[in-house]
Amino acid sequence: MIQVHLKIQRYNPEKDSKPYFKDYAVECEPTDRVLDALLAVKGTLDGSLTLRKSCAHGVCGSDGMRINGRNMLACKVLIKNVSQPIVVEPLKGFKIVKDLVVDMKQFFEKYVAVKPYLINQETSPEKERLQSQKQQERFEDTTKCILCACCTTACPSFWSDPNYVGPASIVQAHRFIFDSRDQGGEERLNLLNQREGVWRCRTIFNCVEACPREINITRAIGEIKRDLLFKKI
Amino acid sequence: MQNSETFQNGRPMPVNSSFELFAWLFMRLSGILLLLLAIGHLVIMHLINSIDTIDYQFVVNRWKTPFWRSYDGLMLFLALLHGLNGLRTILDDYLRPGAWRIFWLSIMYATGFILLFVGFLTLFTFQPK
Ligand code: SF4
Ligand code: SF4
Ligand code: FES
Repeated sequence: MIQVHLKIQRYNPEKDSKPYFKDYAVECEPTDRVLDALLAVKGTLDGSLTLRKSCAHGVCGSDGMRINGRNMLACKVLIKNVSQPIVVEPLKGFKIVKDLVVDMKQFFEKYVAVKPYLINQETSPEKERLQSQKQQERFEDTTKCILCACCTTACPSFWSDPNYVGPASIVQAHRFIFDSRDQGGEERLNLLNQREGVWRCRTIFNCVEACPREINITRAIGEIKRDLLFKKI
Repeated sequence: MQNSETFQNGRPMPVNSSFELFAWLFMRLSGILLLLLAIGHLVIMHLINSIDTIDYQFVVNRWKTPFWRSYDGLMLFLALLHGLNGLRTILDDYLRPGAWRIFWLSIMYATGFILLFVGFLTLFTFQPK
């Protein structure tokens, strides 16, 4: 067991005029995750610390936060791999609900806006719609997204323009645009062919660095830009 | 946060225009062309000739041929629009939608197009004395 020092951003909109940092120290194994340290703080020192988590195994995407200045999943990063004190902040660019919990309403509205579901007007076949391995590989990378918002809230273009659709939604659109079974590609391309769509992306690569699923987001955005180029000109 | 544009699902209404696509493409193509044109310009003005020998007479001789007038015209056109679009992007990035953004964008467009106009006026109407 080692002493782990944390510096956590706290904010209770009912009491505090603005967010502030508070220091904590808990006992943890170096191989524990940052999430374990946060839960130890909540369980033993201050029950009012508010955070979101569910699976604790990097699958659900609910505990995206800023740890030592970088967006990551608290359940996916080991204490021994981050320097102390571990500075923990909520994702930047969203309204804070309380402490580490942010309001993701707009994020999911943008997700819904790109129509993240199969669009196919043909009558469904008896069994499944077949697809070759090659056709599947075309969008394999973007199926891995867990909608944690680490990418969008690391994107300077999003910080400066909250209307920017953001890398997460573009990843979701990519997943369907390049799916051979889907027919809604053009609709989605039109939605992204906007100032607030893919053209807001300045190829800064912050999103790629932040993505806990190691999705090559900027490449996906580039593929959509290229597709637009060849379809519209 | 939300400006006067019409919204759909909390998002700006999609507009049916590929302006941003063309702007993006223009930046890339003009960038490549400018690289060649500017290197050519640099070689002629600074390596082959020295700035000490470049004077009024030099320009008169150069602009006798339509080729060099077009060369300079193309460079003026591409460089100004490339720069203007870059500035537009920066203003879009750093200023929130609203009065200040409109103000600076207007100044930018006005200055840019006046410069473009004056440049072309000189190029087309220049007569050696
Ligand atoms: S590559 Fe594009 S989407 Fe990703 S962080 Fe940069 S500007 Fe944002
Ligand atoms: S693309 Fe990566 S960082 Fe962005 S929401 Fe999906 S999983 Fe999270
Ligand atoms: S808690 Fe589910 S991804 Fe971290």
